[in-house]
Amino acid sequence: MDIFVQTKNSFSRFFSAFFKRKRSKVGIYGPPNAGKTTLANRIARDWAGDTVGTVSEIPHETRRALRRQDICISGSNGHSITIDIVDTPGVTTKIDYKEFLEYGLDKEEAITRSREATEGVAEAMHWLREDIDGVIYMLDSTSDPFQQVNIMMIGIIESRKLPVIIAANKIDLPDAAPQKIRSAFPQHPVVPISCLEGKNIEELYEQMVHSFR
Amino acid sequence: MNRWCIPSGDKKMLQGVQIDLISQESLENMTSMEKIHLILDKVRQGTIVILEKGLEPDEQSKLIEMTMKEILPDDFNGIEMETYPSREESSFLSRLIGRHSASTRLTVIGPANQLKMIKKDKDQISAWISTR
Repeated sequence: MDIFVQTKNSFSRFFSAFFKRKRSKVGIYGPPNAGKTTLANRIARDWAGDTVGTVSEIPHETRRALRRQDICISGSNGHSITIDIVDTPGVTTKIDYKEFLEYGLDKEEAITRSREATEGVAEAMHWLREDIDGVIYMLDSTSDPFQQVNIMMIGIIESRKLPVIIAANKIDLPDAAPQKIRSAFPQHPVVPISCLEGKNIEELYEQMVHSFR
Repeated sequence: MNRWCIPSGDKKMLQGVQIDLISQESLENMTSMEKIHLILDKVRQGTIVILEKGLEPDEQSKLIEMTMKEILPDDFNGIEMETYPSREESSFLSRLIGRHSASTRLTVIGPANQLKMIKKDKDQISAWISTR
C-alpha cells in the first residue's frame, strides 16, 4: 500500500472516530409471547427492508438475543435516530419443559427448547446490564400488566436509568385493555399498538425518535 | 419437602413445607451473590423464603440470570416471586438534591412448582403453597 493511501486511511479512521455518532442498542424486552419478534420484524421491514427472527405461537420461539444493526428511523419533525434493534427472549423466572408438550413437541424437543430458553433469558438479562442503551418494554394488552416479572423488569430498567417506552401490543384483540397498562406504569410513555396489523405503529416510531435520541 | 418429627414422643410425622424468614439485618450483612446463593439453595430444597427487605434491582436481575442457569428438567423449574410495591423514600437531603430512592419491601420466593400467588395488593400478598 503506498504512503498516500495509508495516510488517507489513517485520517479517515481518525475523523470517523471523532464524528461518528454513537449507535444506540435498543432492546425489545417483555414476557414470552407479547409480540417482541413481530415488532422487531416490523421495524426492520419498515426501515431496512428485511426481518430479524421467526414468529410462532409456541412460547420461547426466540431463544437467543438477535440484533439487526443500523436501522435509521425518521420522525415527522425531521429528526432521525440510527439504532441497533435487539430482539430478546421472553423474560420469566420459570421454565417448565412440560408446557411445550402441549404444543405437540416430543419430550426431547421440549427439553432442548427449555434448555435453550433458559440460556436465552440469562443472556437477555446480561445484555440488559451490560449492553443496552434503551428499552421498548412489550406487553400483551389482553394480559394482567401487574405480574411480578413486569414490575421487576421495569424496576431494573429504571435503576439503570435507561430510556423506556412501553408498547401495549395486541390492541386488535377484543379484550385488549391498554389503559390498564397506562395505569400500571404512569411514569413511562405507553403506546398502544398492534404489531400484527401495524395499527398505531407510526406513533411508536415518533416516540422512539423522541426517547432514544 | 422437609419433614420434622414432633418432639413430644408422639410418633406422628408432620409433613409440610419449611418457611424461612430472613431478617433485614442478616441481609444487610451479605453480598449480592451471597444473598442469591442463599435464596437459590433454599428454594431448590423446597423451602419458601421470606425476605424482610427485598432485593435491589441489580440483585433481582442477577437472581433471574442465576435461576435460569439452575433449571433442570424434572428437578427444578425456577422460582415464583412476589413483593409489595416498592416505597419511595425521600429525606430532606434527597429532596434538596432532587434524588428519590425506592425502598424494596417484603419479598416471598419459592419453587415455581410449589408456590402460587393468588392475589397481591399494596400491603398484602396471598399465596398458596403445595407440598411436592
